[in-house]
Amino acid sequence: MVRFVTIWFRSLKTDWFSIRQPALRDIPFVLAAPDHGRMIITAANNLARIEGIDTGMVVADARAIIPSLKVMNDDPGLSFRLLKSIAEWCIRYTDIVAVDLPDGIIMNVTGCAHLWGGELAYIKDINTRIKNKGYHVRATIADTLGAAWAIAHYGDRNPIIESGKQKEALLSFPPSALRLDEVVVERLHKLGLNQVKNIIYMPRSVLKRRFGNEFIKKLEQALGNEEEQILPVIPVEPWRERLPCFEPIVTATGIEIALQRLLDSICIRLQKEGIGIRKALFKGFRTDGKSVQIEIGTHRATHNVLHLYKLFEYKISTIEPAPGIEMFMIEAIKTEKVSPFQEKLWDTTTGLEDPELPVLLDKFSNRFGNSPIHRFLPAEHYIPEKSFKESNSLNEPATTTWKIERPRPVQLLNPPERIEVTAPIPDYPPMNFRWKGKLHKIKKSDGPERIEQEWWIQDGPHRDYYAVEDDEGQRYWVFRSGHYNTDIIPVWYLHGFFA
Amino acid sequence: MQADKKEILSQLKIEILPLGGLKSIRAGSDSDLGLGPVNDAFPQGHFPLGAVHEFISHEPESATASVGFIAGLIGGLMKLGGAVIWISSSKNIFPPALKMFGIEPSRIIFIQLQNEKDLLWSMEEALKCSGLAAVVGEIPEMSFTTSRRFQLAVEQSRVTGFVLRSNPRNLNANALVSRWRIQSLPSEFYDELPGIGFPRWNVELLKIRNGKPGSWQLEWAEESFRPVFENIPSIIADFERKTG
Repeated sequence: MVRFVTIWFRSLKTDWFSIRQPALRDIPFVLAAPDHGRMIITAANNLARIEGIDTGMVVADARAIIPSLKVMNDDPGLSFRLLKSIAEWCIRYTDIVAVDLPDGIIMNVTGCAHLWGGELAYIKDINTRIKNKGYHVRATIADTLGAAWAIAHYGDRNPIIESGKQKEALLSFPPSALRLDEVVVERLHKLGLNQVKNIIYMPRSVLKRRFGNEFIKKLEQALGNEEEQILPVIPVEPWRERLPCFEPIVTATGIEIALQRLLDSICIRLQKEGIGIRKALFKGFRTDGKSVQIEIGTHRATHNVLHLYKLFEYKISTIEPAPGIEMFMIEAIKTEKVSPFQEKLWDTTTGLEDPELPVLLDKFSNRFGNSPIHRFLPAEHYIPEKSFKESNSLNEPATTTWKIERPRPVQLLNPPERIEVTAPIPDYPPMNFRWKGKLHKIKKSDGPERIEQEWWIQDGPHRDYYAVEDDEGQRYWVFRSGHYNTDIIPVWYLHGFFA
Repeated sequence: MQADKKEILSQLKIEILPLGGLKSIRAGSDSDLGLGPVNDAFPQGHFPLGAVHEFISHEPESATASVGFIAGLIGGLMKLGGAVIWISSSKNIFPPALKMFGIEPSRIIFIQLQNEKDLLWSMEEALKCSGLAAVVGEIPEMSFTTSRRFQLAVEQSRVTGFVLRSNPRNLNANALVSRWRIQSLPSEFYDELPGIGFPRWNVELLKIRNGKPGSWQLEWAEESFRPVFENIPSIIADFERKTG
């Protein structure tokens, strides 16, 4: 059973002006816009309407009725801006809220009203809250948008059309209640069809010939025989859970409970679909109209409540409830398929399939960001500092193998450090070297191992590496940059330590 | 009577060990790690797993020797699967070289942090994670409380931890299970070939809970630890027989 609510703002723009300037409440005033060289009234407040001034009149005529009439310039985009911001606020009632120009908001409230204790209470809540802000408003609920719209504009006190009763309710309304074109309405009146019941039983083919397709469509939509699409102001996110609170929440414990409940409900949904969270947002809407939010990311898609809760937990302290949070929302911004079995079967190459590892890494990245976390894979370069590359995923397999034909130092100095060397020319390993003021006498050595610069990436002299061991048994990796040359004294570097 | 007493005593000793946080884990698996004669120093006759070990070094060369020795141990631990978390404040470890010690470098996750508080926090969190093969932390300073937190964490998770302390300001007492100092020794080729031989270290076990501290000479050869004996000739004979 689909249910729609329409909210009709009887005098949206003038109400807004009255809210902004309370002095306007007690005097008749109108909004006007230029049209063909004249000022035409586009909106009039209640006091002006009582005197007989209405939209469409020329300002000069209105001034004849009330000489002291206050006229203000209309802003053509104002209605939409106001309705949009009100519609965004209405998200508290349902996910699907749309703007209905020029003066209404429509909502699909299927399955929402019982949370407020029934449709009457729901409508009352909408009416009171918006009225408290200073707008004249009428909210109604029915099975179809057309019917709800009709009773909002033409109905009596009862704002509810019970499910399936829209036809009966519409019978006594004038045809304009069907949201028809003015031209069509005029023609209907000319023909003496002054009430919906005069039209509704006529054959559709006759009506279509006389009044066009649009007319039939509107009629059927109001009766519920044809569906009507609405365009929500905020697109509906599929992975979103909301939790309205009876009392504004101000304590950390309260926030934790809300988080736990939201996670419980969203994770059950995610689990059913086999989807996990990669990025999630926890948002609190405060009573003062502001919102606070915290965001987390995970290394591997997960719907583990405990893990997600822990990730959020570190950041709860950053939420400022100030006057209190009246509604919480959790949203999975980025989701991915979870496939634990597949990983177990196929992903044995990386050896990182333990489920606790991503949990741990999430803890780290949640606290420090992703930059300090590194995993390295072999890269096809001979230059030592380029012979490994960073991997940004736990599942990325190595595309090449680690080169271990020659021993490599366990620790590498980055960048290599200059050393003073005594070496026989031209190609012998050094006899001793001085690093940080200490002289190391070399007893044993291996080399040279020449490593060329990769000319297609970077220019520079080649390096001749020697593994050397000093008299204390400590092993070093040193290199001479470039050829031995009689003109230039070659530069030597210490590049690493062997174990 | 005397024999009975001895039996009771040894039985009691075995029962006391778990109470001190040293539980025998991975029963049935080879937890020997190939340390050879060093094993006699340990209370259970093998390298204590599920405990945190401390390695002291005062200069970069000795730190590198410690890294080599630890890498050899981790290589053995990683054979049973699992990842390694390596927490440090520098970027000096050269991943390809670890391959030599039986480690798959892509199975190590490096966490590089500058702040000492963050280092300690990360180390503790990593030690709590039971899915890891080992955790290495290059942490120069550590209070007694911190060391006790580490030890309590691994008693729950059964992870083996290594704390590498280079240039520690003070060597206070701590709750870790052992303290080691590894230093490079001149390498040797048995048949006097020129060049550098296998990595060789002087391994000092300065402190071991319920064990006997000692000092050994080990080298890393053919993907395993090998004790360096005084009676080299027999090894030469063995070596020659192998090479034919």
